[in-house]
Amino acid sequence: MSSIVLLTIIMLSALGLLSAVILYFVAQKFKVVEDPRIDIVTEVLPGVNCGGCGYTGCRAFAEALVKSTSFEGLNCPVGGADTMGKAAAILGRQALAVEPKVAVVRCNGSPANAARTSFYDGAVNCRVAHSLYGGTTGCQYGCLGCGDCVVACKFDAMYMDPVTELPVILDDKCVACGACVKACPRNIIELRKRNKKDRKIFVSCVNKDKGGPARKACKVACIGCGKCVKVCPYDAITMVDKLAFIDSYKCKLCRKCVTECPTAAILEIGFPIKEAKPAEPAEAETN
Amino acid sequence: MFKTFPKGGIHPPENKLTAGKPIVVLPAPLQVTVPVSQHIGAPATPMVEKGAAVKAGQVIAQAKGFVSANIHSPVSGKVSKIDTVVDTTGYKQTAIVIDVEGDEWVETIDRSKTLVRDVTMTREQIIERCQQCGLVGMGGATFPTHIKMTVPAGKKCDLLIINGVECEPYLTSDHRLMLEKGAEVLTGASIIMRALGVDSAVVGIEANKPDAIAHLTELAKGFKGVTVQSLKVKYPQGGEKQLIKACTGREVPSGGLPVDVGVVVQNVGTALAVYEAVQKNKPLMERVVTVTGRSVKNPGNFQVRIGTPVTALIEAAGGLPDDTGKVINGGPMMGKALAITDVPVTKGTSGIIMFPAESSKRAEVLPCIRCGKCSSACAMGLEPWLISVVSEKAMWDKAEQEKITDCMECGACAYTCPAKRPLLDYIRLGKSTVIRMARERISK
Repeated sequence: MSSIVLLTIIMLSALGLLSAVILYFVAQKFKVVEDPRIDIVTEVLPGVNCGGCGYTGCRAFAEALVKSTSFEGLNCPVGGADTMGKAAAILGRQALAVEPKVAVVRCNGSPANAARTSFYDGAVNCRVAHSLYGGTTGCQYGCLGCGDCVVACKFDAMYMDPVTELPVILDDKCVACGACVKACPRNIIELRKRNKKDRKIFVSCVNKDKGGPARKACKVACIGCGKCVKVCPYDAITMVDKLAFIDSYKCKLCRKCVTECPTAAILEIGFPIKEAKPAEPAEAETN
Repeated sequence: MFKTFPKGGIHPPENKLTAGKPIVVLPAPLQVTVPVSQHIGAPATPMVEKGAAVKAGQVIAQAKGFVSANIHSPVSGKVSKIDTVVDTTGYKQTAIVIDVEGDEWVETIDRSKTLVRDVTMTREQIIERCQQCGLVGMGGATFPTHIKMTVPAGKKCDLLIINGVECEPYLTSDHRLMLEKGAEVLTGASIIMRALGVDSAVVGIEANKPDAIAHLTELAKGFKGVTVQSLKVKYPQGGEKQLIKACTGREVPSGGLPVDVGVVVQNVGTALAVYEAVQKNKPLMERVVTVTGRSVKNPGNFQVRIGTPVTALIEAAGGLPDDTGKVINGGPMMGKALAITDVPVTKGTSGIIMFPAESSKRAEVLPCIRCGKCSSACAMGLEPWLISVVSEKAMWDKAEQEKITDCMECGACAYTCPAKRPLLDYIRLGKSTVIRMARERISK
């Protein structure tokens, strides 16, 4: 009896030893040499794998950072300067100053502005709707309102407004990863430079039609009149295909175009309300 | 026992309300809008300028590239503008708008009604004439006919099938054509036979059109090699691959064309258009449209000029019923709802159907219970629930593996789904994306 137990122990020990020796040599042979810094850099990245950097995930981006010679063209929009600074410190490189961005919805075709001409009851998916037909309004460029962008947002920075039927971006949560930009089949959402106090001036329209049909479809459409281009002192506005575009890097937020636009297609957001100015001294007196 | 295809298929209520209504020829409207892209392939290039006087049958837009078709003026009059208009898809595209003045046709067109049976043209001449006359498939897919008639080098074709199935509910335009212009259709068939170099043709007709079957069987006795095959009523029998399987038992391989099994399929309307083009030199500028619906006052089959506004058709059928919830361009299974009715009739418009509001709305979408009804309904042997989910999740590689491109978008899956899932919506999206990705891969 005891001999069987002994034999078993000896057999298994010998087998284990043999396997260990084989495994040791196999491990030596197929050893994957990986830069240990990749793991360290991955640690400081946000870890949401949103793809905003253009790579498949945070680890792939960390690999790219480690392999790169300079941070030119590499940026984590989620972590921003903070994260990039940490990564630069680990790798002993110079962090580049990257201006923060924010996503902006360039359509204002709410039911109040753009009359609905038809009703869509197909699959609730912008891509499906886009491939099927021109949209519930007369505008074939505007928001379809199915919320693909909201589904794509991993940071809860977007929601669909039930009244305007348009997506809303929460500036404080938006990290400019660009997922919504890719999700939108009509290229309505744009990443623009983030200004101080989240102030924004932008053409809230992507309609490339001539003035007449554009205006007929939507009260606040860009009609391509070109007044804003003329009034802009900084040459920030260009007119392509009857559609004005304000370059957020050239714009100095002077707001001259906002007052000039005959259809109120240019929106100003985050500025103090102008009418409030004369009211301020009155308030001060009562205080 | 009637023949049919073995796999899948459904039988929706036929609702052929207008089967007994003879084709009514509507006069040309005051203004026509002729889009330059009415076919699969590259849009045609406008050849006329604003203010130009045109005659009916004159080329106003020239085909651009191989897969394209000429567009002819359907009326005589003056070009009032060349502009972008909203077409049946709801998107804007270039169209030629013509103000109608009189009804003067190009002199070379034979406007007499006499039947010309003797085919004198050679193969090449027939194909060239079809190309000049801008013929496209009249069943709805609008694929340029001259390409289909040209058998690719190395392939052999031995049979022509004339598609008179009309399996879509409500539609009766092909049915009426077979009854009223049977001899012309069969002459057209023999012209296509000559172009393809085949000796036999089969006209496939579903058993719910006994009058058409009897009429064409009688007429076919006078045409060498032409026979009529009656088929069991089953949707989507009018699909090219299903019809070939039903008539011959041959199966078109996945990703292949009918010509791979030696067959070419042409629609009844196309056969008539071929007859008119070859024997009468008349380009494609008119078509028969079924205008119907349960509460439509005067449903019927109307022969109209291309470019006639849909509103004029609805007017001819007694106006838009008050309870209308949806107007569909095409059949109820494969057609698409119109966003606005002020759109022109194109070469592919087979029907205009007005649905009452209560029967047009889609039901609430519920979760898939994996009952497999869609899989048993699919005539192509696909798994609609799977390919629709992978399309929804943007898993394009998986969609391609599951042969999403074999889907012909018949809608039988969505029709049978007890959870009312929008299966076809997602499959269409997936199919178009996969096809685009495959093209990009090839061009790289």
